[in-house]
Amino acid sequence: MKTNDVILQTVAKIVVFIILTFSVFLFFAGHNNPGGGFIGGLVTAAALVLLALAFDLETIRKVVPVDFRKVMAVGLLIALLTGIGSLVLEVPFLSHTFGHWDLPLLGDTELATATLFDLGVYLAVVGVTMTIILSIGEDH
Amino acid sequence: MNNLLIMPLLVPLVTAVVLIFFNRQIRLQKWISGLSALANVGVAGYLVHVVRQEGIQTLNMGGWAAPYGIVFVADMFAALLVLTTTIVSAACLYYAFGSIGKEREKFYFYPFFQFLIVGVIGSFLTGDIFNLFVCFEVMLISSYALIVLGGTKKQLRESLKYILINIISSALFVASVAYLYAVVGTLNMAHLSVRVAEAGQGGVLTTISVLFLIVFGLKAGLFLYFWLPGSYKVPPAAITAVFGGLLTKVGLYAIIRTFTLIFYHDPYITHTLIGWLAAATMLLGVIGAIAYWDIHRILIYNIVAAVGFIAFGLAAANQAALEGAIYYLVHDMIVKALLFLLGGTIIAYTGTATIKEMGGLMRTRPVLGWMFFIAAMALVGVPPLSGFIGKLLIVEGGLQAGFYWITGIGLLTSLLILYSMMRIFMNVFWGVPKRPLSEPKKGTGWLLLPASCLVILTIVLGLGAEWIYPYVNQAGETLLNPDQYIQAVLKE
Repeated sequence: MKTNDVILQTVAKIVVFIILTFSVFLFFAGHNNPGGGFIGGLVTAAALVLLALAFDLETIRKVVPVDFRKVMAVGLLIALLTGIGSLVLEVPFLSHTFGHWDLPLLGDTELATATLFDLGVYLAVVGVTMTIILSIGEDH
Repeated sequence: MNNLLIMPLLVPLVTAVVLIFFNRQIRLQKWISGLSALANVGVAGYLVHVVRQEGIQTLNMGGWAAPYGIVFVADMFAALLVLTTTIVSAACLYYAFGSIGKEREKFYFYPFFQFLIVGVIGSFLTGDIFNLFVCFEVMLISSYALIVLGGTKKQLRESLKYILINIISSALFVASVAYLYAVVGTLNMAHLSVRVAEAGQGGVLTTISVLFLIVFGLKAGLFLYFWLPGSYKVPPAAITAVFGGLLTKVGLYAIIRTFTLIFYHDPYITHTLIGWLAAATMLLGVIGAIAYWDIHRILIYNIVAAVGFIAFGLAAANQAALEGAIYYLVHDMIVKALLFLLGGTIIAYTGTATIKEMGGLMRTRPVLGWMFFIAAMALVGVPPLSGFIGKLLIVEGGLQAGFYWITGIGLLTSLLILYSMMRIFMNVFWGVPKRPLSEPKKGTGWLLLPASCLVILTIVLGLGAEWIYPYVNQAGETLLNPDQYIQAVLKE
């Protein structure tokens, strides 16, 4: 008998966006509030896992058509490049800086290069979690 | 501000990340990793040169001053080990090019290899005890992957043991760091040294130091080596060579660093304990080395014996013994990697690992035979070769410190190591072949090229002791006088 997941799938479609928004919020909150790249990445991965549970792994591949191993590598590369940037500028490795900018809509905003490092962490966490789950899920 | 220090770590790290993108293009992977390995030898050589010229180098990560941020410190001891690591890993990498096989190469062999080097070099350079833990983990996790890569039954079984034992020892490491932090309230090694000296190394700190000894002893195979023979036997030769050359030596480095920089105030307890552990390790190591007929096992037990010998150099803790330990450590990294590469080549040619079933290899492979002979002589410590000076200095230091019994055990160990190596040599290369040897194939000859570089290096280390000694002397000075290290880091 074919089961009908229409409630699960409909709810998942809505909830996934709420979870993704929350993960982005966590990611940006990291500097002054609890949150950051690691937990943000895990929550994003949780949203994708919810999609995988409600639909199947093929849907994940269609919705997010990336190789998650590459995502992990890109994350590492971004984190590394923020460090290497300090080599180019001739300050100690991993030195970070910040500044205030007047952005449209957001007003006076503090932008820090540490966020870029966090972006690397975020991508690496998403990549690792999804690689683990997808490769275990594929095994039969 | 001195970003040179991060370079030996950054080169393999960037290489590893870039290699993940090209896991299907094996030729490109080989080119990138090969070039980066050579470049890193150059960088590490330059680092040694700079440390020789200008003394201890430090780098405050992110510009945060010493006790508050993470510091990277390159004194001569660390710099020499970094240089040796880059050379040994380059040789093993070039050996892997010809021997590791497409299946492993496609599944991220080269990135894992580079991550392993990152962990090893990071452990040597860091000046922060928790960062040391992180670098240990980088190294160990890559080694888990390398040990199991290929997925044969034996590998799966042994990697389970290996991972289990290392997770336990890592948990113990974290617990020891937590105790230490609770007592002295800092994690920077130089600052730890100052605080421990101020507080006086009482009962609690000595207990913590013994905990660290257990942790690093588990990593280095100092007495607690029961996990080592099984897990080093299963991966392919290129990986075993890099494990045998580097991994246990990182544990030894950590023991030497903590017990010369931080816990050196109560040598009566700690150093005597290290002395007896070293004696037991040497004895048990050689017993293993003469007990087996399996070429890999014999070499693996020789690692254990050498770990004991170097730890004995630390136990004696005077100038001669420490210099000997440094010299022997550098020599041992090179010669162990070399022996495993040669052992792997022998097994590839004869098709068996049991020396009883081999024989007469000298007729078809004379170059391999003589290289093995030189490596064996260097391992034992025959005068013109590299093992001699280190052994001589450790024996001298051991006698000065009054460890007559353990020195005797050390010398006896050398004799038995000679016996175990000659047993391999005579069984494998002399006599008549007991089973058909594989015909010399075209292109397998150049597998010997990386090994021959290491052979030349052992000869240079032995004959050129006159040039190398000043470097070792400088390294020994720093170990004997922790004040130099502390001043360089804390800049008081």
